[in-house]
Amino acid sequence: MAYKSIYRRVTAISRREIGIYSKRPLFLFCLIVAPVLCVVFFVTLMGQGLPTKLPAGIVDEDNTQISRIIYRTIDAMEETELKYSYSSFSEARSAMQRGEIYAFFYIPEGTTEEAIANRQPRISFYTNEAYLVPGALLMKDLRTASELSGLAITRENLYAHGLTESQAMGVIQPIVIEAHPLNNPELDYSVYLNNILLPGIFMLLITLSTTYTIGLEWKQGSQKQLYAMAGGSPSVALVGKLMPQTLLFSLMFVFCDIYFYKFLQFPCNSGLFSMIMLGILTVLASQGFGVFLFGIFSGNMRLAMCICSLWGILSFSLAGFTYPVMAMAPGFKLLSWLFSLRHYYLIYVNQALNGYSLAYVWTSVLALACFAVLPLLVLRRYQTAFLKYKYQA
Amino acid sequence: MKSILNIAQIWYNELRTILKDQGIMIFILFVPLAYPLLYSYIYTNEVVREVPVAVVDECGNALSRELLRKIDATPDVDIVAYCNNMAEAQEFLKEQKTYGIIKIPASFSKDLYNGEQTHLGVYCDMGSMLYYKAILLTATNVSLEMNKDIKVERHIPGTTHKQEDIIKMPVEYDYVPLYNPQSGFAAFLIPPVLLLIIQQTIFLGIGMSMGDSRERYMGSVIPFNKWYKNPVHIVFGKGLPYLVLYILLAVYMFVAVTKIFTLPQLGDYWTFIAFIVPYLLSCIFMGMVLSSFVYRREDCIMLFVFMSVPLLFMSGLSYPGASIPDFWKYISYVFPSTFGTNGYVRITAMGASLYDVKAEYCALWIQAGIYFSIACIYYRHQILRLVKKIKPT
Repeated sequence: MAYKSIYRRVTAISRREIGIYSKRPLFLFCLIVAPVLCVVFFVTLMGQGLPTKLPAGIVDEDNTQISRIIYRTIDAMEETELKYSYSSFSEARSAMQRGEIYAFFYIPEGTTEEAIANRQPRISFYTNEAYLVPGALLMKDLRTASELSGLAITRENLYAHGLTESQAMGVIQPIVIEAHPLNNPELDYSVYLNNILLPGIFMLLITLSTTYTIGLEWKQGSQKQLYAMAGGSPSVALVGKLMPQTLLFSLMFVFCDIYFYKFLQFPCNSGLFSMIMLGILTVLASQGFGVFLFGIFSGNMRLAMCICSLWGILSFSLAGFTYPVMAMAPGFKLLSWLFSLRHYYLIYVNQALNGYSLAYVWTSVLALACFAVLPLLVLRRYQTAFLKYKYQA
Repeated sequence: MKSILNIAQIWYNELRTILKDQGIMIFILFVPLAYPLLYSYIYTNEVVREVPVAVVDECGNALSRELLRKIDATPDVDIVAYCNNMAEAQEFLKEQKTYGIIKIPASFSKDLYNGEQTHLGVYCDMGSMLYYKAILLTATNVSLEMNKDIKVERHIPGTTHKQEDIIKMPVEYDYVPLYNPQSGFAAFLIPPVLLLIIQQTIFLGIGMSMGDSRERYMGSVIPFNKWYKNPVHIVFGKGLPYLVLYILLAVYMFVAVTKIFTLPQLGDYWTFIAFIVPYLLSCIFMGMVLSSFVYRREDCIMLFVFMSVPLLFMSGLSYPGASIPDFWKYISYVFPSTFGTNGYVRITAMGASLYDVKAEYCALWIQAGIYFSIACIYYRHQILRLVKKIKPT
């Protein structure tokens, strides 16, 4: 087939495809509304960056000036808001069970007295770790407050001995930890999660729409017509059919990249261009995977779509951006290679977040490219499918 | 009597549709049975241990080596490389062989001997928050431990062991992580995911069966059959098979999954049953309402699958509910999963009684009522439309 005629066929099929979209609101929803809605949702949800002012409680049975200093210290911390004061421990615990607070601080009676008399009083704090993120954030603050209350007593003693502030600090805190969270200095959850969650949702939608739009041909019995339009070449049929979605989703990635890295100023140390290229490669990889699955199940659209969704949902876990792959049960490290979101994540961390050389993640780039050419394996099956199979209800 | 017969007939028809449809069976049987096991298995290690780090020890004497030994001895951090300079250590970061760098300054021991503060640099790759948490927490713990020793050994020696103890810690404190004692990832994520799986698979199952009937009866959601005349009967009859199946599945999740993977289990069995019934009802009725958008069997996969991710975040479990903007909070009240996941986590992990979760419990009943009414109105409308269509002929 001459180059020109292939081109003509592909455009003709693409035009037909756009015609199909215009008749179905579902396509409008899945190709445009859903991705945009997700971007708006996640960006506004985490607009705050790091969650702050998490509700916590305090049980102050001591009720002295010193215990109120502890109270004020905790309340002044960024992530904690001492919203409620309880008169007893069990009251605070049941408030935690009702979900009013994520943590509480407990100062028993006689704390100040014992501290002044050098009798080592004991204070305590409780966090609700069933809510892991707020629990961990509050733990940090409350722990600092607990450490500080002990150190404050020593510091007052040292001042009384005539030490200067810097001398006193050298005694009570000789080793200071300087934390450098590289390239996300504010621990912005929006940067941390949205950079992976949204591409993940896009990938899920791309694979699903790929199998859906191909499957629809069989479902409506129009596959023979498509086959004829493609001049009997499954690859021309598939390229023509998926071209509009490739363009649309690539644009979606470009829009998303510009929004993240230019408007929201997420860290982008690799330059916008490489992230856009990554977006386009990801679109191709996801489509390739969709075409492959449909080919494997040779025309059973529903089964292909089921597998797509199960795979896609699982990829959020196996990408390893929330819970690292290295800490998962054995075997999942190898399995994670089969999920394109995992590779997207590794390349994103290397590129946009850290700005290292692409050479460090060449295996992941290669893996995404492999996903994109997976359809080559099943072209023959498509050939038979076009000629023989009918929609399987 | 007649209505019971009617409902039974509709129930039987729905059951037959479900059993015949491979797609529905995958979603309402395979997914609720297998996914909880799979997810629990992925996160079965619960916590991240032995995060690999590189160290740059510019000081290199007994004191700095003591610090490094202590860090290496902790369960969360593993020192895999000793580097001569930062550039060398960065190379490990780039290759993702380590996720952090700990840098001891050249003046480390000199500062300490002089009674001055010294600064320990902790650099973390921010690809995953859990790396950061593990490395920073370990460095902080070790530094606090050493600070106390230095304080007593060099600056304020005590005369007895007891006195040294008191100087080290003038105020002692306890940290009690409640409801998830090891701050584990599975114990935190699996309970809400279980309930989300229930909701999403109910939506998918009902949506598919609706699409099935639309395909079979020329776009009508009601079979042309004398049994289908009363909307209330239809809603009950169609909902019943799901209710029965999902009560069994919910018990399986509550008992078997939780037990096999030793997730926190403080909940009372009957509290759980009492809570799950309104949850299932509101899921089922909402599924019926939502499936009015489903025109083809496969449409519902496109509509419902990607929603799982935003819904998980909307529930306020993975991202603190206190930080969710009001707008999204109100939107989240539309979905049963918001109340379901929060209530379930409190019942199963925190041992809450029905009284403690009464807000969620009431909300679920209200939702069930509202969606039941909408579903009835929808079916009534459909019946009238069908009658109008048939009459002229």
